[in-house]
Amino acid sequence: MKTNLIRIGAALSAVLVAAPAFAQDLTFWSWRQEDRAAYETFIDTFETANPGITVKFETFEAANYNTILSTALAGGVGPDVMMVRAYGGLENVASAGYLEELTTASVPALADFAAPAIAAESMRSDGKLYAVPFASQTQLVIYNKALFDANGIAEPQTWDELKAAAQKLKDAGVIPFANGTATAWQNETVTFGLGSSLMGKDFYDALMAGEADFTDARFTGALGEIAAVAAEYFPDGFIGLDYPSAQQLFSSGMAGMFIGGSYELATFKTQNPDIELGVFAAPGKTAEDAKLVGLYFDGGYAANAAGANKEASVKFLNYLASQEFGQAFANTLNNISTIPGVTFDNPLLAEVNDLNKSSIPYLMLAHFRYGEPSGSVLIQGEMQKLFAGETTPEAIGEALTTGLAAWYEPFQK
Amino acid sequence: MPQLRMTGRGLWITALIVPPLAFVALFIVYPIVSAFAYAFFDWQGLKRLDFVGLENFHTVLFVEPYRSWTINAFKNNVIVFFALMVLQNGLGFILAYALWRELPGARFHRIAVFLPVVLSTIIVAYLFKLFYHPLFGVVNITLKGIGLGWLAQPWLGQSGTALGSIIVAQAWHMVGFPTLVFLAGMQRIPSEILDAVRMETESEWVKITKIVWPLVAPSATIVFTLLFVGAFNWFELPYIMGGLDGSPFGSTDVLGLYFYRTAFGNVSAGQQDFGLGSALAVIIFIFIAIVAGVITTRLRAREIQL
Repeated sequence: MKTNLIRIGAALSAVLVAAPAFAQDLTFWSWRQEDRAAYETFIDTFETANPGITVKFETFEAANYNTILSTALAGGVGPDVMMVRAYGGLENVASAGYLEELTTASVPALADFAAPAIAAESMRSDGKLYAVPFASQTQLVIYNKALFDANGIAEPQTWDELKAAAQKLKDAGVIPFANGTATAWQNETVTFGLGSSLMGKDFYDALMAGEADFTDARFTGALGEIAAVAAEYFPDGFIGLDYPSAQQLFSSGMAGMFIGGSYELATFKTQNPDIELGVFAAPGKTAEDAKLVGLYFDGGYAANAAGANKEASVKFLNYLASQEFGQAFANTLNNISTIPGVTFDNPLLAEVNDLNKSSIPYLMLAHFRYGEPSGSVLIQGEMQKLFAGETTPEAIGEALTTGLAAWYEPFQK
Repeated sequence: MPQLRMTGRGLWITALIVPPLAFVALFIVYPIVSAFAYAFFDWQGLKRLDFVGLENFHTVLFVEPYRSWTINAFKNNVIVFFALMVLQNGLGFILAYALWRELPGARFHRIAVFLPVVLSTIIVAYLFKLFYHPLFGVVNITLKGIGLGWLAQPWLGQSGTALGSIIVAQAWHMVGFPTLVFLAGMQRIPSEILDAVRMETESEWVKITKIVWPLVAPSATIVFTLLFVGAFNWFELPYIMGGLDGSPFGSTDVLGLYFYRTAFGNVSAGQQDFGLGSALAVIIFIFIAIVAGVITTRLRAREIQL
């Protein structure tokens, strides 16, 4: 009897120990609850091609995702594969050493990715890459085609044409821009969605080279123009208008334009399937000024450095870096995949992808969110002040430069 | 000296005391103590680095930009406390008195006043956010409708009106609570005392100031202390109505939001720093504990035993 028990015990523990070798169960964490169905399909494709590996997709609330993820990783119960944010949000997780370093040896497809995309998922301190970048987002102007056509408006080529277009809409009883700035981060979107071309690539290059700071006239001048347009052409009481209401104003056809990210396109189509959308880069002063959009990378797919199924995880990452996946990602999720060679069925996405060729990075996220106070915190609050008439563009330039000097070395004099 | 032997009665008492004690130790004492401990370390994400002594406390109290953020949030908490003291507790006392005097419709009003307390904070926050909407909000539409269009404001978007608007929502939501506590206190006043007063004076004012107010002192102790703790822990309404940054530009920022943002980060703006967040939590905790203690002992002293 006793020996039987021992035999059964031994057999059971053998099964338990050996089980992971038969089937590799990967957990895959994400903050994109709304994309669950699409990811289940992608995972099916991967599982069919890789028998023996199963992937379980789990989602968490977007706003608290980083907290949940880093808590889990710190406690040793993190997922095998996970979505991570880019830039400063990536450093939070990667700097603690939780993520597996990725190289062209482990994920060969990475060799062809665009340099800014790779930079977005690398740590500044060691220059190493920790995630496969998945999507880029573009800050630009989205407009309602039917309203533009009805009022005989073409995509503006100069800042004055933009104002003239807004005036025409206003005269026709349409709210020119739907945007509101009560939701703090919308101020940053409005600033760089509308102002990137006014600031210009020269300013960006000079800023990065340490030759200019935010007191530069190219920057403060742009802020002044933006505030003037907002005062004239944003909805009544826009400083008290929150983000969801602004979206509704646009998708319901009450407003002609929306300054926002390319991620809004899918939202507007969902809110109003009949709406016909167009996009353009907000123009500079003259038609000769380069039309620039604000470009940034959303996040990436990373593997747990302490994961039990690292081999399978890397295999899955290779799939997530493949053109096959990128194509499916772009087609089903209507997002701009960062994978080279992906084409876009959706003409709007194709257009956004074209606009991306003339861009500057979405400034504060890409370069100034690595310390406190972050450039985002500062610009959001300062722009709210400007819109409320409680500060001036020059004072903002000063506040940004001195505020960031707390941790941004080039500004420390 | 009686000895508690591990038999019979002693065992029985031990068995009853140990589980709740263990529960409190594990779920209350341990988290508080560990938050204290976290505050003395440097953090990178959720990874603990070196012991830094009091540096985190020094940073949040004396180093820019944290210093002005801390002061601004604290100042707003103080405003909230005093505003709610008037709007919530003051109004609560008046309502309780009206209900206690059984004015017409008292039964209906007793329920009506308490009803908002039952609503979830989320519902109240969204409701008031809609009320204050600059374009479609009932507040602005009403003002325009009665010819006071010049008073219509983007209530939640201006530094001058945002905090006040949220305070009004909070007062509406919770005014039923002090009302109920005061009402219970009033109902405990013995009728002989009230009869005796009636022999002396007919003045309601004298009755309130000389009899009712002193006799509901225990109720006042409760609602004042709870309001103090609530006002300095305030989070839900400003979070939903103003956002994590205390929009616009910090005018609705309170210590709760500021702590959360610092400790856990803000996806659309900033980084997380667990050490600074814990230091803030410890400071808030100590401040509330000390002041609440003082308030309670001071107010207790003026209570009259019947």
